[in-house]
Amino acid sequence: MTPEIIATYVTAFLLLLGSFFVLVAGIGLLKLNDPMTRLHAPTKAATLGIGAYLLAAMVYSFVSGAGSLHELLIMAFIFVTAPVSANFMAKANIHRRDCAPQPPALPDGDQWATLNVPEEDREIEETATHR
Amino acid sequence: MTQATEMMTLALYAALVLVALAQFMAMIRLWIGPGTGDRILALDTMFINAIGIIVLLGMLQGTQIYFEAALIIAMLGFVSTVAYARFVLRGDIIE
Repeated sequence: MTPEIIATYVTAFLLLLGSFFVLVAGIGLLKLNDPMTRLHAPTKAATLGIGAYLLAAMVYSFVSGAGSLHELLIMAFIFVTAPVSANFMAKANIHRRDCAPQPPALPDGDQWATLNVPEEDREIEETATHR
Repeated sequence: MTQATEMMTLALYAALVLVALAQFMAMIRLWIGPGTGDRILALDTMFINAIGIIVLLGMLQGTQIYFEAALIIAMLGFVSTVAYARFVLRGDIIE
């Protein structure tokens, strides 16, 4: 058991782990039956899966000679941006009233900023089909 | 060494097949919708899976040249997701 063999096995294991997470994300995206629940599956699992793939690519690059840590850059970028884009998609869902418990009504006629529609878009918003 | 390498190649091909399957599932969700939020989410997932496919392809061919492509797709995916969500939220991307 040289270090190369162990690293190769670790690469294979990380690849299978990443495939598991990515597949779970795909199945969750397809099978869950509510927009907010569907949002939950891929934004977490796919990020973990891609993280495992990038880790495997890094380990493998050290096994096959020219080692590189460039993949850390993609990993950091994805880990930073995934929650931000998930938050934006959740806000889009709330804006379209696609969430199960609606946001509670505010006192004295105020409105949530997420549900707010700009002045000049009111006419379009009324004609659009809303649930 | 050969046994370990064989197992890693097998895992590499299996990973490619499974990511392609996940990509196909996201495409079905993009097709059937039903809401705008679901379509944005499916597109975001497809971007993430595309990064995975490119990284796996780079491992399979033993090159480092796909790294930049994966980085650019990661950046474009984030920007386009935020732009779509912003368009749904405000009816405008840059106000």
